[in-house]
Amino acid sequence: MRKTSMKRVVSVVAVLSIGLPVLLAHAGAQQGGGPDPAASWNHLWRDVLIDLFVIGSVFLAAGLYWVYRYRATRSGQLGDAPKLTKMAAVAFAVIPAFLFMADDFYLAAKGWTVWNEYRNVPRDAVEVKVTGSMWSWMFEYDNGVVTTFDPDSKTGDGLVVPVGKAVVLRMTSTDVVHSFFLPEYRVKEDLMPGRVTYLWFKPKAAGETIATCAEYCGNRHSFMWAKVKAVPPAEFETWLADMKRKGA
Amino acid sequence: MSTTSSGFKLSEWIFTTDHKRIGILYLIGSIAAFAVAGLMALLIRLEQMSPGPTIVSDAYTGGDQYNVWLYFHGAAMILGFLIPGLTGFAANYLLPLMIGAKDVAFPRINALSVWLFWAGIVMALLTFVVPDKPDVMWTGYPPYSIKTGGNLALYVFTVHLIGFSSILASVNFLVTIVYMRAPGMGWFQLNMFTWSCFTALIIQLVFVPVLAAAVTLLLMDRYLGTHFYDPANGGDVLLYQNLFWFYSHPAVYVIFLPAMGIFYEIYATMAKNPIFNYKAAVYGMCGIVLISGEVWVHHLYYSGMPDWIRIGQMVTTLLISVPVGLMTISLFGTLYRGAITFNTPMYYGTAALYLLIVGGLTGIPLAMTVLSVHLGETSFTHAHFHFIMGIFAAFSVFAAVDFWFPKISGRMLNEGQAKLGFWFNFIGVNVTFWPLFIIGVEGMPRRYWDYSQFPAHFADYHKVATVGAFIVAIGMALTISNWLISAVKGKKAEDNPWGSKSLEWTHTATPPGPGNFAEDVVVDAAWTPYNYR
Repeated sequence: MRKTSMKRVVSVVAVLSIGLPVLLAHAGAQQGGGPDPAASWNHLWRDVLIDLFVIGSVFLAAGLYWVYRYRATRSGQLGDAPKLTKMAAVAFAVIPAFLFMADDFYLAAKGWTVWNEYRNVPRDAVEVKVTGSMWSWMFEYDNGVVTTFDPDSKTGDGLVVPVGKAVVLRMTSTDVVHSFFLPEYRVKEDLMPGRVTYLWFKPKAAGETIATCAEYCGNRHSFMWAKVKAVPPAEFETWLADMKRKGA
Repeated sequence: MSTTSSGFKLSEWIFTTDHKRIGILYLIGSIAAFAVAGLMALLIRLEQMSPGPTIVSDAYTGGDQYNVWLYFHGAAMILGFLIPGLTGFAANYLLPLMIGAKDVAFPRINALSVWLFWAGIVMALLTFVVPDKPDVMWTGYPPYSIKTGGNLALYVFTVHLIGFSSILASVNFLVTIVYMRAPGMGWFQLNMFTWSCFTALIIQLVFVPVLAAAVTLLLMDRYLGTHFYDPANGGDVLLYQNLFWFYSHPAVYVIFLPAMGIFYEIYATMAKNPIFNYKAAVYGMCGIVLISGEVWVHHLYYSGMPDWIRIGQMVTTLLISVPVGLMTISLFGTLYRGAITFNTPMYYGTAALYLLIVGGLTGIPLAMTVLSVHLGETSFTHAHFHFIMGIFAAFSVFAAVDFWFPKISGRMLNEGQAKLGFWFNFIGVNVTFWPLFIIGVEGMPRRYWDYSQFPAHFADYHKVATVGAFIVAIGMALTISNWLISAVKGKKAEDNPWGSKSLEWTHTATPPGPGNFAEDVVVDAAWTPYNYR
């Protein structure tokens, strides 16, 4: 009997040790105006890391302790594992199975929430068409302005975007599968011939980051990158008008 | 070496239908593939040591050289080493012994399997001879694989040969397990390794034909002008990726399950305990068979698949943690109140516990669609699958060779050298892959040889990882040379040096002769391979 109550204690402790840190981590959920996928991603990533760290530590500590604690002390010694009753055997399968499932569904729900943010493009998003070709990117704006970037000479405007506004990229490829990866904005999506895919992101501060190819595409795959420059909205408008005038 | 004492005759090995010799032929082929693929890994790591050309000649042809190394490393490690090392070598050598059978159900088909596999290895090695070296990665995604100047046919034929070999072997072993168990041996008296192979081979039999079909269509698109994967003519690029991963994710379990099976055997024997909650682990393995076919989309989370299936398969993928969790609890639980002695296989077993946790848990963010949208195709993914599928499974093969070495060769390994090799391997893999986890989260993409667009500190992490790879190389040199030398010069082994209760130790000579058992094996209802009290 004492064993069963021990088990109950153990399972309560397990639930709390997994659940609590995650809930606590969540207490300071997001503030500020409008969805920001990269911020939500960072937040979710931290929660998941805590969750995994707790589960991993419990298992690793138990495993390593047992390896140490149950080493044989004399030769010819046999193990002394308790024989599981039918009930205990079922319990040791069902209880952990439900604990794992609970954590799975919890993570799935959290993941789904952020995923919806990733896929619902805000209505006022600035739209840019992206075309990938072996081995360069081409960006086309609403007003017909086209920009590129040359990774060897590091010249060209690359992708210029306004700070604080959602930017949606509608993407396709002229040859093979590529993937438009914006490490700083925590997002990527593949491009391929015959389909148009999309992703969106929101630059929070002015500055330069990169977009780089994340789907293997041959010889110069490593070099298929472009500068991404976030500028204040007013500057963005001026730049776009200037480019239009220059006939880019 | 194993079945007769009348000296070595090459023809006896070429025409053999003995499952033990076939097992050893698989082992030699898979270790050869491992060695060459391992050299490729060293080249890859050397190149990544600094941004810009390190060992490749220049920025314009560098990709062509580097991509061939990547291709060979991936294809040979998975198709040439992990799968044949586990379901080829280990299953061939051990399964008939563990179930008390004289051989497999179809010994000649078994011989055909192993020689098809060898033909596949030779086909793969032709990579280094042909002028148009394949550079399509082990995944062979079109349209690149159709447009490239690299030799696609070599890749497809390698997959065909090894695929046929796997299908024949699956049928053979499934029939063997179902029909050739010793009289009296019930399903819940089987070794865990037998169960793990049984479930893995069901997966293999169901899914390998899908891969064969997918690559055959690729071959037709490239050389016969069909348009299965060509959107300009009504085909679909994503079709290939779906078919490929419909096979290739389950293939991960074809590797994972027998690897777990090996560690169960080692844990039970070295802790002198029965398997903790045996049935839960068996149902866990069956659960993996059921779920394995519904999770492939997690390889396509950012490929432009419909949103509903990206979310649906996030749930199925996360649920894999339930059967894997049950198997893990059984594995760890087997140590509880055991009497553990530490030989080298148990060192690998202890490391496996850690690898399983790190490799398994880092899979969870990758199972989550939205986290994968950043982490996928980065070196985080790369480190994750190396931990669980690469190192965990490779360690299981090394542990298996060390553990059954006395049975296979009749001789003992040099234990000191084996342990030294283990420490080099274990420290090396950690030094290699932890830096890759970290820069992966920061965005380091896979399959890059130049990364000048990223922050300068990436190069430091790559340098550390390269040092790690060379530590592993020393460990492997110690390990493999130990096998070769001890097979000839090792101390003679007793019949059952680890004190196991499993049939291959208790009922056979060391090494086992033709027909395996001196007399027919019959077991009673009380017998189990883990009956230590």
